[in-house]
Amino acid sequence: MKVQSIRQNHLPDALPDFRNLGVISRILLSVNALALLFALARSREIGEFAARVTEIAGSLEPVLLVVIVVLYAGSTLLERIAYVQGLLAVFAIVLGTTAAFFPFLSVAASSSDWRELAWNLGCAALMAGAVAWYFNLRNRAFSPAISEARLQALQARIRPHFLFNTLNAVLSLIRKDPKRAEGALEDLAELFRTVMVDNRQLIALRDEVSLCRQYLNLEQLRLGERLRVDWRLDPSAEDALVPPMVLQPLVENAVYHGIEPGIGPGLIEVSIERRNDRLWLQLTNPYHEDYQHRQGNRMALANIRERLQLHFDVEASLNTRIANGRYEIGIAMPYRTSL
Amino acid sequence: MKPVRVVIVDDEQPARSRLRELLEDCQAELPHVLAGEAANGAEGLQVVAASEADVVLVDIHMPEMSGIEFARHLQVLEHPPAVIFVTAHDQYAVEAFEVNALDYLTKPVRAARLLAALKKAANGARLTRGVLDSIDPAPRRHFSVAERGRVMLVPVSEVIYLRAELKYLTLRTRDREYLVEESLTQIEQEFGTVFVRIHRNCLVARRWIRGFERGAETEGEVGWSVILEGLDERLPVSRRQWAQVKSLAG
Repeated sequence: MKVQSIRQNHLPDALPDFRNLGVISRILLSVNALALLFALARSREIGEFAARVTEIAGSLEPVLLVVIVVLYAGSTLLERIAYVQGLLAVFAIVLGTTAAFFPFLSVAASSSDWRELAWNLGCAALMAGAVAWYFNLRNRAFSPAISEARLQALQARIRPHFLFNTLNAVLSLIRKDPKRAEGALEDLAELFRTVMVDNRQLIALRDEVSLCRQYLNLEQLRLGERLRVDWRLDPSAEDALVPPMVLQPLVENAVYHGIEPGIGPGLIEVSIERRNDRLWLQLTNPYHEDYQHRQGNRMALANIRERLQLHFDVEASLNTRIANGRYEIGIAMPYRTSL
Repeated sequence: MKPVRVVIVDDEQPARSRLRELLEDCQAELPHVLAGEAANGAEGLQVVAASEADVVLVDIHMPEMSGIEFARHLQVLEHPPAVIFVTAHDQYAVEAFEVNALDYLTKPVRAARLLAALKKAANGARLTRGVLDSIDPAPRRHFSVAERGRVMLVPVSEVIYLRAELKYLTLRTRDREYLVEESLTQIEQEFGTVFVRIHRNCLVARRWIRGFERGAETEGEVGWSVILEGLDERLPVSRRQWAQVKSLAG
């Protein structure tokens, strides 16, 4: 029973994001691959294949490009309607474009052959169906991965080390400074509430930042002077939609690997910037070479990288490097304010 | 009974103040005095030596020197205090404590557990170096030398060579020599590639080797010797070790 309830947990069927470079290139590649198959099927001998390819490409490419442009332009509208209606709309666009281009094709001009038109429409519908089916399968294949990623996120995030140390710090406040202890427990409760909700939908960057601030407040409680944080926040980036827990685990790592191993004060720098339609996050912390055996960093990075890929495909990137004694993480992703 | 002298070593101020409160709660059942506090291992060693502590409460997870390395250095003192480890969450260390039947406390610490551990420690339960080595197989960052009742720390990176002489080892840095009670074989195992054996009785730090020269006479034969960075002294390489050492000559 339990297994089933997890399986039912997948994302609802949805059209892919037609503005995404990964989606566009997948459509281009798969449609052209199908066209090659058609050409192969219709050639009786190998010499004929090249001619067939040219013929099909001539009628296919203009239609394909127009369809992609229309889908790109209409993606916001398409996302607002239900999946089945959206699918019908996509088919209408594909068939309409195919029919509109038909009179301009050389074959059709000579003989306005209805059978040729029907053949073209049939091929277009078949290709659109195949591509839609592919994206549907991909969506289903990835949705358990997203719930899996969410579970992993729950387990990997918020180290037990942090929880127990924070509880210990709060206990130390209760007798001397009950007000501060109350505030700390409230922060802790809110932090865990955020971590435990369904983490699959994108959230506003503003909320992710405030989560990080709550987390850092708690760390400040026990680390005091040793923890210094410098935020550089571009106000125009605050509306951006980002995967939840995209920053908090990185901030937690920065404390764990960058601040705790040092006796003196250490600085964490977080900068968030919007450049046109790209969002840039950068986080740096002191690098302690001797403490690299401490676990957890790579797991968190792999987890975030995976979720960025699920949400933004090839349009997001995560890079790390060590420069001037500091560990740097840079994330780039599309700036989006609506789904 | 004389009150038990307790020292707290933890890098987090709230954690120290929490332990102080809990100690206060145990005062009626186990008379004690707080003999000192420190925020890291190196400070802790001085505080312990200066305060004649009976028991040290030490956090495992500290910057620069872990609680376990701290406890290893304590053992060079003539009367090392009993050690009670405190940890928030360290699966590996906790397993090692269980295996070796060592007392430890988990954060947040309970007053009842603290009291039980203090009573046991006051009754003279002591650590041994062997047990500590098995808990933390990671190499130390310092060698420790007892001098006039204090613990001197020598960073491993400053050690140029170690030579066995009767019961002790001579540990040479650029500035001076120290006598330590350790075994060359164990050091060789602990630090892996940091030191290279050039003679039955001598380990040299790779990073301080500047080169080799021929001409030193060992065991009646002319052999090779090591030229060291910053020291005029030459160390003879035994014929048996030369086969391995010469690969460093490059």
